[in-house]
Amino acid sequence: MIVAAFFYLFAGMCVGSAVMVIAARNPVHSVLYLILAFVNAAGLFVMMGAEFLAMILIVVYVGAVAVLFLFVVMMLDVDFSELKQGVLQFLPIGMLIGGIFLAELVLVVGAWAIGPGVPQAITAPIPTKIPNTEAIGLVLYTRYVYFFEAAGIILLVAMVGAIVLTLHHRVRVRRQDIAAQVARAPRASIEIVKVRPGQGLGGNP
Amino acid sequence: MTIGLGHYLTVGAILFTLGIFGIFLNRKNVIIILMSIELILLAVNINLVAFSTHLGDIVGQIYALLVLTVAAAEAAIGLAILVVFYRNRGSIAVEDINLLKG
Repeated sequence: MIVAAFFYLFAGMCVGSAVMVIAARNPVHSVLYLILAFVNAAGLFVMMGAEFLAMILIVVYVGAVAVLFLFVVMMLDVDFSELKQGVLQFLPIGMLIGGIFLAELVLVVGAWAIGPGVPQAITAPIPTKIPNTEAIGLVLYTRYVYFFEAAGIILLVAMVGAIVLTLHHRVRVRRQDIAAQVARAPRASIEIVKVRPGQGLGGNP
Repeated sequence: MTIGLGHYLTVGAILFTLGIFGIFLNRKNVIIILMSIELILLAVNINLVAFSTHLGDIVGQIYALLVLTVAAAEAAIGLAILVVFYRNRGSIAVEDINLLKG
């Protein structure tokens, strides 16, 4: 009973905040509702028994991705109310395609059955004695180590790409050139001139 | 009543549909479209984890982890492109993104 109550709490909050993500007028509110949706999805993950993924969801999505969205939304000085116009124009086609999609998914979800060969085909059974994090680590670092490395490379490429894209090199800005300053010798900047009395510098009045 | 696989799959289906719907509803605002894509990937993750725990196979959770990685990379790159585009054009409306239209 308590399990069902918590499931409906988390699922309802998750779906409700997902609705608000796409319906909110202010994009900052959208980001905050996105955070709420992710936190509730993490609750669903905990209820399913995937604690490690729930914590990763909170750390990665709420801690990194959603805050990144928040930064970008606040950094761009855009008139969002202007972007919001024309929503009603797109509502029918959106309703149509979303409705078709939901109908297809309902047909799939309503008629599924686990095949007879599936329980025998399990690759890595979840151990019951050890915690979820340890079980994931035992599989991730052995059998799927190449996938793990590929994920690391994807993140590296994404990081390099984001830095290269947003690196701003201004052309007409004077910057301190420390190497040129250090390499400057006294001969290049000081000229010693002997001035004779009564004659001046001669030719250079 | 017991909460089974079907309940979680229903939540995933609803979230997926909301993501699709959000893309069509906010066709002018790239930020909301990116958030809708995040919602879609979250729905996929819920499906993977639901099947993983229902069948007792931990590989589904590994795949969910990889999907999470790709989603984070996609958000970072997408937002970087968005910032560069805003710097060049002063707008983030989708209909202004037509340089490659030919």
